[in-house]
Amino acid sequence: MRSKFAIFALFTLALLSWGLYQALVAAPTEATMGPVQRIFYYHVPNAWVMELCFPLNFLASIIYLVNRKPAVDAFAVATAEVGVVFCTVVLLTGPIWARPVWGIWWTWDARLTSTLVLWLIYIGYLMLRKLSTGGSNPVLAASFAIFGCLDAVFVFMAIRWFRTQHPQPVFGGGANSGIDPRMMHAFLINMLAFTCYGALLVWIRYTLERTRQKVDEAHAMKSLMHHEAGAK
Amino acid sequence: MSVLGILRTTLAKDLRMEWRSKDAINSMLFFALLVVVIFSFSFDLTAEESRQIAGGLIWVALLFAAVVALNQTWARELRNQVLDAYRVSPAPAESLFLAKTIGNFLFVAVLELLMTPLFIVFYNLRSVGPVHQLVLASLLGNWALVVNGTFFGAISIRTRSREVLLPLILFPISIPALLAMVGATTSTLTGEGSAHLPLVFLGVYDVVFTLVGLFLFETVLQAE
Amino acid sequence: MKFLYAAYGITWAVHIIYLIILTRGFGKLRDDIKDLERD
Repeated sequence: MRSKFAIFALFTLALLSWGLYQALVAAPTEATMGPVQRIFYYHVPNAWVMELCFPLNFLASIIYLVNRKPAVDAFAVATAEVGVVFCTVVLLTGPIWARPVWGIWWTWDARLTSTLVLWLIYIGYLMLRKLSTGGSNPVLAASFAIFGCLDAVFVFMAIRWFRTQHPQPVFGGGANSGIDPRMMHAFLINMLAFTCYGALLVWIRYTLERTRQKVDEAHAMKSLMHHEAGAK
Repeated sequence: MSVLGILRTTLAKDLRMEWRSKDAINSMLFFALLVVVIFSFSFDLTAEESRQIAGGLIWVALLFAAVVALNQTWARELRNQVLDAYRVSPAPAESLFLAKTIGNFLFVAVLELLMTPLFIVFYNLRSVGPVHQLVLASLLGNWALVVNGTFFGAISIRTRSREVLLPLILFPISIPALLAMVGATTSTLTGEGSAHLPLVFLGVYDVVFTLVGLFLFETVLQAE
Repeated sequence: MKFLYAAYGITWAVHIIYLIILTRGFGKLRDDIKDLERD
């Protein structure tokens, strides 16, 4: 297992490096936006990974409530945390890209707002996990995750339907049609690189959580045995 | 005992306890009053502007006041170890959830009845659209805040820093409801746009989250 | 373009900070395991 991990890690690192080169050097400069457009090669892949992580957490939360397996909960924590990390990157790089290109840092369109709300919800999720006492932790968090993800859907719909008086520039995603194949190349490499990196992080975080679960279990067993020994 | 019977009994008990602990209600009402006053003099608006903004302001003010109220009601439960009693009782969790939610709903409705006239006075509000839409918005919006607030209240009392955690997890979840409430209220006040869509949306939101809450309340109650 | 470098820099800053958090987590875990094996 260790060597599989090391190989995957090195592979990911290589992909990321190659992706960086592609994004900053190999891909041609875009005509209308200029060099700033290269942010696209980082912003969208990070968004994509986030869009993988949060639904996975949603599924894991549901499955956990059904079968209560600790491994499932460990996976839930991992996807939530990694999702928050990538979401943070998206929320930071988006405005940095938008400012020079469209002149505004932010707008309350459906996509941005639901991304922000998801971020807030999952920060809440992580705080809930931090602050819960004892064994209720995973169940409470899983329940909250279900509410949270449902809510993100509602947020998206709400803004779509209620905030139409504001100008709605299209942010993020949507590369222009007739895209230069070298740009597509850079884009796809970075997509793959960040997906692998996301998977790697989830793997690491999952292992950390699972091991911690087992250590806690062992601790509990030990104090139980001490108790029994003392009682005798 | 039937589900409805338990509902009625629990609700009656909650209301009686609220009534007895009058200082809780009084401090809540005073807090709500202060919120309205502070919001009111922070913004100096013309009649036209106030119609545009009042919707948002009222709901934000109500949100804060409601959270304080929700924290109160659950804190009291915890003090009297009522939560443990709920867990071992054979009463179905759903009826307890509904009872608490209805109790909180009534509590927040009292706050609404206090805060709304004050807002009208301070902002010299006059609605262009039909008033019944405002009433509907406030009923649906109240339920939206309260149904989630009650559920998350049950979650957050089991944690450290519980007073802070409740708003932390309630606010993001309430955002779509807030958007709809403010949309409906502003549309009605200014007479621009239809309040129909936001109200329907709010109704759907209420139904969905009430069902999810009912479905998961037992799970949350029984968690360790 | 300073926006470009800011964006890339921030991306890696966030990711590196998380890696540091993970490393700390593993360090604490290792200590806990040592505690466990001690007795």
